[in-house]
Amino acid sequence: MTTTTGTASGPRALARQRRRASAARFWRRYRAERAGLYGLTVLALCALLALCAPLFVGADVSSVTDAPGRPMQSPSAEFPLGTDQFGRDLLGLVVWGSRVSLLVGLLAAVLSVSIGTLIGITAGHFKGWYATVMMRITDWFLVMPTLVLAIALATVMSRSLTTIVVAIGVTTWPTTARLVRAQTLAVETRPYIERAKALGGGHWHLMSRHVLPNVMPLVLAQTTLIISSAILAEATLAFLGLGDPAIVSWGGLLQDAREAGAVSAGDWWYLVPPGIAIAVVALAFTLCGRAVESVLNPRLGVSR
Amino acid sequence: MTAETTPALVEDGRQTAAGPRVPRGSAYPRYLAGKVAGAAVSLLAVLVTSFFLFRLIPGDPVKTMTGGRQVSAEQLAAYREEFGLGLPLWRQFTDYCGKALTGDFGTSYQFRAPVVDKITEALPNTLLLTGGAFVLYTALGIFLGTRSAWRHGKLGDRFNTGLALTLYSIPSFWLGLLLITVLSVGIGPLPGMFPTGGMESGGKEGFAYVVDVAHHLVLPVVTLVAVEYGQTLLVTRSALLDEMGGDYLTTARAKGLRDDLVRRRHAVPNAMLPTVTLIFINLGRTVAGVILVETVFSWPGLGGLFYQALSVPDLPLVQGLFFVFAAAVIVMNTLADLVYPLLDPRVAR
Repeated sequence: MTTTTGTASGPRALARQRRRASAARFWRRYRAERAGLYGLTVLALCALLALCAPLFVGADVSSVTDAPGRPMQSPSAEFPLGTDQFGRDLLGLVVWGSRVSLLVGLLAAVLSVSIGTLIGITAGHFKGWYATVMMRITDWFLVMPTLVLAIALATVMSRSLTTIVVAIGVTTWPTTARLVRAQTLAVETRPYIERAKALGGGHWHLMSRHVLPNVMPLVLAQTTLIISSAILAEATLAFLGLGDPAIVSWGGLLQDAREAGAVSAGDWWYLVPPGIAIAVVALAFTLCGRAVESVLNPRLGVSR
Repeated sequence: MTAETTPALVEDGRQTAAGPRVPRGSAYPRYLAGKVAGAAVSLLAVLVTSFFLFRLIPGDPVKTMTGGRQVSAEQLAAYREEFGLGLPLWRQFTDYCGKALTGDFGTSYQFRAPVVDKITEALPNTLLLTGGAFVLYTALGIFLGTRSAWRHGKLGDRFNTGLALTLYSIPSFWLGLLLITVLSVGIGPLPGMFPTGGMESGGKEGFAYVVDVAHHLVLPVVTLVAVEYGQTLLVTRSALLDEMGGDYLTTARAKGLRDDLVRRRHAVPNAMLPTVTLIFINLGRTVAGVILVETVFSWPGLGGLFYQALSVPDLPLVQGLFFVFAAAVIVMNTLADLVYPLLDPRVAR
């Protein structure tokens, strides 16, 4: 597919050149997906906001003792989104909360996809009893209701961000493992794997050099989709009071709002922003994931 | 499709491909026996998990449950006795399994009543809520999904798909809270039209009681339908789009059938397989997903009970409910497996 230009010196440079070309091809096709571009733009903005938050919010935004306003003020020029029951600035809290929600979403998704990829590749590569056992375990996790299992895990472990990340990561990996295993099986039937084996390539070489690069696009799509559900799961767990109460997150803000009686008092300004933030970010990740999927699998792309 | 649907569907495709290859006719009983046995093993695995998961707690489960409250040493000892914590782990395990198989999940710490009684008390309420929502969102999803696929790429399709994806990204509990604020409490000139929570206002008999419960049902059902219908819509839509290029549809059109009939009699029945699988999986999942909606609307069902149990934490009750939720998913998945070959004979062949 790549044009041999003769400038490539040695197999490594050639491989790098090919990867660059395929990345460029991917980007060209991705650009054609309008919804995916919207998602990507929103995500870039959110990431920027979360990274720059310390510049204009400050870590003391969540401090209960020296809150700037009076409790439960409705939106005003001073506090564009109003204040919570401690008099804290809600705009600052929502911006600050994006850091935790995005971080937990990313970490949980990375954990989940790493476990899934590891088990998927090894179960596809090594046949026999190892694969059987691994797939049994995967199937077993697959039938468990994810949310209930995550809640149960978060209940029995201590209240912390790590707990939330682990609870989400450990319960959402099986779908990735299934997909990656199927892809591994497909890749391993190709002739160049046989060639690599004939040249004396070991298990590690085959899995890391030949199989992994081939399943990476699938893993990427899967990660984007899982981040979206991980952010929703984090909000859910925090809302149920299973998160660290000292840390500001969007789900935690909604729990605070509910406990402060914002619902029965009709204080919509307290409820609306965190929920919109969750929905926008989750939707943006879903749109990106769908776009990546349809670039990788054009047949799906047509059918959508 | 969203993160939840994609893998599930791929999953089923693969199971189909690698499914048991036995001749037709007499094959079904064997297929059925295999699936039922598999489900039994899964249920057993869930039972084992529910035991060990709640023994994972670092420290003393009794301390965790009574945490922060004034409890005398005798009471602590009595609780330890009750949960059998003095026994070796394997004895605890065999006792737990033996009792669970006879339907005994111990006594709720919080309510001082058998866990099974609390569960059977709440179950009908959950079934009423999830059943109503399930029928509505499945019908809505299939209806809109078919429409979307038939006129794909048009404005209506883009609107439907976009709305479904957006609603799917919304946390159900947030939507519930908003609906309560706007429609139950009322904002500005808008009066409160619906009850803020619960299942009945009390003191009503006969027909008035039914109307009252229905009135309480509206908002929770709307919330569930809004967050759930999108998935059915997207799956129905993409399944139907796969069929759209089929030669048999051209033939049907060439026979001079109206467009409407081509869709209803020819395309839709062929496209329903993935949707049917999803319907069953949803049925199991909705029971578990109802936790949040019931919590927000104080609906006296299993989900609300789970939330109450979590906040204590009331471990025997959490354990029992965990089993019930997982069992619901397993039973529904198995039902999907059993119905599938009846709809598509290629599966059990």
